[in-house]
Amino acid sequence: MKRSASLTWLLWLFPIAFLLFFFYQPLLAIFRLVFSERFNQGWQFFSWPQVLRPLGFTVWQAFLSTLLTLLIGLPAAFLFARFDFPGRKWLRALSLLPFILPTVVVATAFNTLIGPRGWLNLILMSVFDLSSPPLSLLNSLPAILLAHVFYNTSIVIRMVGNSITRLNPHFDQAARVLGASPWQSFKEVSLPLLMPSILGSVLLVFLFDFTSFGVVLMLGGPQYATLEVEIYTQALSRFNLPMAGLLSIIQLATTLLITLAQNRVKSPRFGKAALSSERSSLKPALTRSQKAFVILMSLLLLLLFVSPILSLVSHSLVTFEAARGERGEVQTGFTLDYYTELFQNRSGSIFYSNPLAAIRNSLIYSLLTMLIATALGLVSAYALAKPGRLSRWLEPIFMLPLGASAVILGLGFLITFNRDPWTSGSFPIMIPIAHSLIALPFVIRSILPAIRGIPRSLREAARVMGAKPREVFLEADLPILLRAIIVSLVFSFTISLGEFGASSFLANARTPTIPVTIFRYISQPGALNYGQALAMSTLLMLTSAAGSLLIEKIRLPGEELF
Amino acid sequence: MLRVQNIYKEYENKPLLNGISFQVQQGELVCLLGSSGSGKSTMLRIIAGLEEPEAGKVFWNEEDLSEVPTHKRGFGLMFQDYALFPHRSVSENIAFGLRMADVPQGKIKTLVHAALEDIRMTDFADRAVTDLSGGEQQRVALARALAPNPRLLMLDEPLGALDHNLRTELIKELRAQLHQSQKPVIYVTHDQEEAFALADRLILLHEGLLVQDGSPEELFRNPATAWVASFLGLGNLVAGKAVSEHQFDTEIGGFNLKSTAPLETGQDGFLLLRPGDVLIGPESINSSNHFTAQVRDCVFLGDYFRVEVQAEESKLLIQSPFPLTPGDQVELAWPAEKLLCLPA
Repeated sequence: MKRSASLTWLLWLFPIAFLLFFFYQPLLAIFRLVFSERFNQGWQFFSWPQVLRPLGFTVWQAFLSTLLTLLIGLPAAFLFARFDFPGRKWLRALSLLPFILPTVVVATAFNTLIGPRGWLNLILMSVFDLSSPPLSLLNSLPAILLAHVFYNTSIVIRMVGNSITRLNPHFDQAARVLGASPWQSFKEVSLPLLMPSILGSVLLVFLFDFTSFGVVLMLGGPQYATLEVEIYTQALSRFNLPMAGLLSIIQLATTLLITLAQNRVKSPRFGKAALSSERSSLKPALTRSQKAFVILMSLLLLLLFVSPILSLVSHSLVTFEAARGERGEVQTGFTLDYYTELFQNRSGSIFYSNPLAAIRNSLIYSLLTMLIATALGLVSAYALAKPGRLSRWLEPIFMLPLGASAVILGLGFLITFNRDPWTSGSFPIMIPIAHSLIALPFVIRSILPAIRGIPRSLREAARVMGAKPREVFLEADLPILLRAIIVSLVFSFTISLGEFGASSFLANARTPTIPVTIFRYISQPGALNYGQALAMSTLLMLTSAAGSLLIEKIRLPGEELF
Repeated sequence: MLRVQNIYKEYENKPLLNGISFQVQQGELVCLLGSSGSGKSTMLRIIAGLEEPEAGKVFWNEEDLSEVPTHKRGFGLMFQDYALFPHRSVSENIAFGLRMADVPQGKIKTLVHAALEDIRMTDFADRAVTDLSGGEQQRVALARALAPNPRLLMLDEPLGALDHNLRTELIKELRAQLHQSQKPVIYVTHDQEEAFALADRLILLHEGLLVQDGSPEELFRNPATAWVASFLGLGNLVAGKAVSEHQFDTEIGGFNLKSTAPLETGQDGFLLLRPGDVLIGPESINSSNHFTAQVRDCVFLGDYFRVEVQAEESKLLIQSPFPLTPGDQVELAWPAEKLLCLPA
């Protein structure tokens, strides 16, 4: 008894110490900076428009993005939940792809579609014989909205679609027999029962749109700065750390509010009763209007999900030799140059962020993140799995990093660890640590259910048969947890590989990561820089896709990751 | 009243209902009885308009209902899982059908109150339905189905989700309620005890076909097929062959029948040997339907001993007023007037 109690404390101690030091300390540092600044200088760094403009724009774009996402996501959820049609499985798998793509990849993909050098403009230029791109969709609100819809439609499809398939069909039928027309039954019965999941998805989408960073930075440009982008600009271009800190606090407070609202809608008292364990069956579209709905909706989704990805891949394989002098004449051809160029170290300068170094760095960071996050997650999950009050109180502490954005984490690290010994070594250990913090909640979420799922009798049986605690873990727990652990490894690896927000603060010119390098390259002039950014994005996309495919294969059915 | 004509419905490319026809009269309580997967629930859903048959029609007072949508049929249906709306209170659930029928607010209140009084649940009016016990949910579901005064009430295994003790108690209550309502009722169940306790008429479905339609007594006395006899648990069935109108041969021996066999001469069928009709020992000797069997097992059940015997390869259950010793040979016979032979 005594031994196991001290073991429990040890379990708690390690992850809590890690979180306190690397997550809560930087967070506190931001607060300290802002409020000490306030007393010293009387808020000189502060002006209302500087705060209200990005805040207002953040809310506005998140509102519009969420609205548009719902407009497409709700019918799409209905499509997948109710109808059986050829290609349904493929389209559904495709609809989940955006969720796992790194932000820089998505931003780059939309750049190749609607940017000045994008397909849309190239086609218009050659058709209408123009010398300059006619559409300037980049650095505009529509570009941001489009990317957000691309990103978050899958959330609505998954969350609401799940509820639609699991909603007991007898409720609707009972209402119909009691004299309700189809519309009345929908309004009075189905909709109220689906409302928690619709609201839940709305809040989650809003939260993601609100805290979106990479997409807004790369597609919105300087005029369309959200809080996150403004934090980045204030900290790294204006060196106004207190201002960045203040914006971070506002950002955190809003995020917290949204999360609280989420918890409220998540568990209405009828939640469980409304859903049945069996899924309602799919039916083919029968009437003409059903057929039209299925065809139009799947075409729209195909266009939304495929065009950016196809555009990115094809653009990375094509050269455009704009022949000078001849107006609008564009020579195009297939090429692998951008890919081969990635692996050649042309510039000897160490300040030049060369792709090869970025790839090597990213791989090292990701491997480290994978190990740190999974080890930490495993220990934390064990601690959280212990029944009792302590676990209930401490769970939010472990899950909070999920709410804090990567940019704020980056800022906190910049403030806290911008001194020896953290910056002295040649190796930036802070990047994998930041990535581990970002991956930790996801790791805990995939391991914790697995631990809770281990039957107690299994451990007890092992113990009765004389197994020591270590042997119990090896013989009873590990085989069951193995899947969840592998999922966590792959998950944290891909999260780290695509992470942009924190890395943009922490990666300097000598230690670039792939996403940071893509960001730098795509904003530089020159066809080769652009092409290399696309090539890197394509590789990153393929790696992420492979990673999540692996996760889907290993993951036990029925586990939800958000 | 209700007439169902030649309903054909497929499920996964196999016929689930293969040409079903029957009628239900005013005030009649009809039980649709069949094993699970016999399509009896689907039959209810077709009558309610929740599913469309591939062929066949449903008539109400000779009006074809094919084009009448569910909500305009004026039928009530109670689901096996009750499907009480979890986001609404007990009284809101009962009021739902009345609201849909645009009954004025004040009248809804009195009707709901009366319905709650009927089921003795006035204290539960504002409770959440998710807090109710199984039996309470069953009562609220019935009250909800009856509230809008449907012209036909259908119940899909209304007691299926409850444990056995509660069921026997609720069958009595349900019987009183249903008779009191004076409505035609179709009651779906797989439990023949429940069906016998409630029904004015029984309709048996098996493998997509209506095998028998009649009063409980008719079914008990004259089961139409061996399947009916076995499903109702009427007794031992021994395979054999009709050799003449009143003679049936089995491996145990030849049996004389008083009744006319519903079989062609030479046709295979089953002989129904009811456990209670058996003659044992000396009193069996004079019967022509006489054979010897070996006692395998004997259990005291209070009113009688349940004895398992074996004759050739056939194992038979019989009721005996006195104990028999396992291993002993015993003389048995069934009187000719108590015997039935049945098609498979």
